[in-house]
Amino acid sequence: MKNSKPQLTIAVSGLNAIDSPGPGVAVIRALREAKAFDCRIIGLAYESLEPGIYMHDLIEKTYHIPYPSAGTDALMKRMAYINEKENIDVVIPNFDAELYSFIKLKPKFEQLGIYSFLPTMDQFESRQKINLPEFGKKYGINVPQSKAVYTPGEINKLEQEYGWPLVVKGKYYDAILAYNPEQAKSAYQKISAKWGLPIIVQEFVHGTEYNVTGLGDGNGNTIAAVPMRKQYITDKGKAWGGITITDPKALALTTHFLQRTQWRGAFELELMKDKEGRYFLLEINPRIPAWIYLAVGVGQNIPEALTKLALGIPTEAFTTYEAGKMFIRYAWDMIVDLKEFEQISTNGEL
Amino acid sequence: MKIKNNIAVSDNGFVFNPGSGESYTANQVGLDMLNMLRKGEKSAAIISFIAEKYEADPAVIEKDLNDFSETLKQYHLSQHEEL
Repeated sequence: MKNSKPQLTIAVSGLNAIDSPGPGVAVIRALREAKAFDCRIIGLAYESLEPGIYMHDLIEKTYHIPYPSAGTDALMKRMAYINEKENIDVVIPNFDAELYSFIKLKPKFEQLGIYSFLPTMDQFESRQKINLPEFGKKYGINVPQSKAVYTPGEINKLEQEYGWPLVVKGKYYDAILAYNPEQAKSAYQKISAKWGLPIIVQEFVHGTEYNVTGLGDGNGNTIAAVPMRKQYITDKGKAWGGITITDPKALALTTHFLQRTQWRGAFELELMKDKEGRYFLLEINPRIPAWIYLAVGVGQNIPEALTKLALGIPTEAFTTYEAGKMFIRYAWDMIVDLKEFEQISTNGEL
Repeated sequence: MKIKNNIAVSDNGFVFNPGSGESYTANQVGLDMLNMLRKGEKSAAIISFIAEKYEADPAVIEKDLNDFSETLKQYHLSQHEEL
């Protein structure tokens, strides 16, 4: 019988899988299980040791791409080269730090026939950690108090307002809980050395952390939403195990977020539920999270739906998922021939 | 006390709250109490059943049931809890 499914070429980044893993490998697993299409996967990597590069059963070919700091022209040039060889249909970038470039280059990529389904630049900017208080106010969502600071001295002033502990956050990544001024200063220096300024100092909300991943169609509609409670958390605060839950309040908050912001694309909401049962929005990650395969496992293949939306294929909203399903992450040592490492390191493709 | 409808309880005493993602383990006595509470049985009936099954003093069982009910409340497993 002839296979009538379309064959798509999809480029995916975020192939690292360290203790704070990129979502790429999980996204690719989801795409491989898509019902609406078959796919060839092109990996986009920044470093030669990203494990996804060597997972040949998941990724047909991987190319190095330039770091975001190299600018959008360098990325455009590289993507044009990759596209010439691979004829990419859809690109799914998975790192916060690269999203700005991919959103900016969206019209140029489309001229090459490469489609994506990303938040608008306004949406991307408005949910930045630095803008979160304003975001909460504008859209009527509870957020913890926070402030961007440029000197360690400013933290001392916030101590009186927020009390201890305080959450010290980098503008893109990293968060450290500080219980006294010395710890706050040390966290400030550690994070600013890595991610630059400003540093965001956030009030600590006591409670239980929940996450929701989902997909908005850009018109205020919820295409997918799956809430999860972290069960096992690494020292970086990342979920190493989690379970799907059915909390109407978390889902209502997600619907409200999508309706009010008209969010376009995948997202992850990081929520804290306090003792009174109130939800506080801690962060909005404007991309697919690393635990996305749990959503697939409970019936919502978000990467597949996102790909369809990117190509303008009508996509029905998911209305159910299975609660009480867990994911447990593990590390896996691959044996790799040095020649492969040599090839990606020297030629930038494998 | 009424137990929330969505609470899942397995035959071996594994209790899962799909609203919060929390799970607990009840021993056989706890499981008996929980199952009777889920059926809407009154305290007197539960105390009498447990006292007979385990050949225990009803006054002790009454105290145990009160403690157990308090624990269920603390864990947000009872129906009047909104959290």
